[in-house]
Amino acid sequence: MGLQAIFFYLFAFIAVASAFMVISAKNPVHSVLFLILVFFNAAGLFLLTGAEFLAMILLVVYIGAVAVLFLFVVMMLDIDFAELRSGVLQYAPIGILIGLIVAAELVVVVGGSVLTPEAAKSITMPIPNPATRTNTAALGDVLYTNYVYFFQIAGLVLLVAMIGAIVLTLRHRTNIKRQDISQQVARTPATAVEVVKVKPGQGV
Amino acid sequence: MDSFFSIYVWPGIVMVAQSLLLLVCLLVFIAYVLLADRKIWAAVQLRRGPNVVGPFGLFQSFADLLKFVFKEPVIPAGANKAVFLLAPLVAVLLALSTWAVVPLADGWVIANINVGILYIFAISSLEVYGIIMGGWASNSKYPFLGALRSAAQMVSYEVSIGFVIVTVLLCVGSLNLTDIVNAQHDGLGTRMGLPASFLDWHWLALFPMFVVFFISALAETNRPPFDLPEAESELVAGFMVEYGSSPYMMFMLGEYAAVCLMCALTTILFLGGWLPPVDIWILNWVPGIVWFMLKSMLVFFMFAMVKAFVPRYRYDQLMRLGWKIFLPLSLAMVVITAFVLKLTGWA
Repeated sequence: MGLQAIFFYLFAFIAVASAFMVISAKNPVHSVLFLILVFFNAAGLFLLTGAEFLAMILLVVYIGAVAVLFLFVVMMLDIDFAELRSGVLQYAPIGILIGLIVAAELVVVVGGSVLTPEAAKSITMPIPNPATRTNTAALGDVLYTNYVYFFQIAGLVLLVAMIGAIVLTLRHRTNIKRQDISQQVARTPATAVEVVKVKPGQGV
Repeated sequence: MDSFFSIYVWPGIVMVAQSLLLLVCLLVFIAYVLLADRKIWAAVQLRRGPNVVGPFGLFQSFADLLKFVFKEPVIPAGANKAVFLLAPLVAVLLALSTWAVVPLADGWVIANINVGILYIFAISSLEVYGIIMGGWASNSKYPFLGALRSAAQMVSYEVSIGFVIVTVLLCVGSLNLTDIVNAQHDGLGTRMGLPASFLDWHWLALFPMFVVFFISALAETNRPPFDLPEAESELVAGFMVEYGSSPYMMFMLGEYAAVCLMCALTTILFLGGWLPPVDIWILNWVPGIVWFMLKSMLVFFMFAMVKAFVPRYRYDQLMRLGWKIFLPLSLAMVVITAFVLKLTGWA
């Protein structure tokens, strides 16, 4: 257990320290890079608890896709750092309020599990033995049998969001040339080439 | 104290030694892959390629290594120094760290983890950061344009690679790379009544996905014809414009390590890993690593030939191929494969 504890404190310390750097870094791009470091260490913590599937999905989805887009946007913004700093005190009360709410929720959740340890036994899905069932398969068992309708509804919600985003941003411009590859491939010499016999000294 | 040694110290030493051995072999292999790339490219264009350093130019990559290392690294005045130097490091470390889970032969793997294929997928999706960070930190227009192109390109092709991997996983039923290879002991060929052979490997049963994976692998590793992030005719060298000496070498090393990984992954997913092409005793007697290397080199040969033959794609064509052709095709194949497996009861 000693090695696990060492790694836990390593990941946890780096995660907390870089979370602090996310809000204190002057350059927003550095903030996003530190955020990526937070995700990475969170994945490490998942691995320590034996949730290897969740750890990898965290890497793929949050770091591989979400944070890339995030970085993409932040890099292209033209940000005036001085102006950005000036508004900090103005928003501080709201930030402190949200921080307090999150802290209170954490206390309730952690406190609940510490005060009533028997509550953990009342969960409806028994946790399968990791030696016999990998947690990828165990997650699939629960998600696609007990919660299949919720899973489908979540998919529909995402589909609606995706269609909405496309509808909002799509505009058909009429006066531009578009490439139609099937049309290009279907061209034959008969339709594309005209053979002209030119008499000397006359031009076409 | 004795148990402390046997639980932590000795396995630690073994793991470090294995990793070092793999890294050294991999780096030497990459040096020759680079040479092979240049030689094949030259041969297609009726040139000789590098032929001065050593017999047939065999030591060319090592000469290049020394040249890069002894040059002075130049950091542009306007660059973001920390991120500028971190970018090539990220690129090379991520590319090399994926090799920890690659099974080179039966049992020849450093970390035989349950979610091996997901680990490779996750780490190779992070490789885009080396490029974005390098392009942004250079504080210059060409690198930045290259980095933006690269980010969009890699995110696009990762989607279809993901679905291709899902189709293979449907046939296998495990995320472990060793299991994926072992599952190819029997397949389409044995179901037809033939003895175990190369017809059992996934390349035949999932042929469209094999093609999609190969092309997506080219795009994912920024190889020609999809080398838009470093298109020299329009962006000079893309995200690497401001890099020289060792940092540049690290980018190149990372790129070739990623290319070799994609070759190895194609071998594992579609070409039966270390399995011999026909199940007869003399071929079974050949060590698995030899088959693995031969197959990987065959895939790399195709990578190199594509580089020599195919002209560079235009950016909108690249996006069209990724989103309008590969994504629907691979998505449809996931559904079709699942139906076929369910109806025939093969899975």
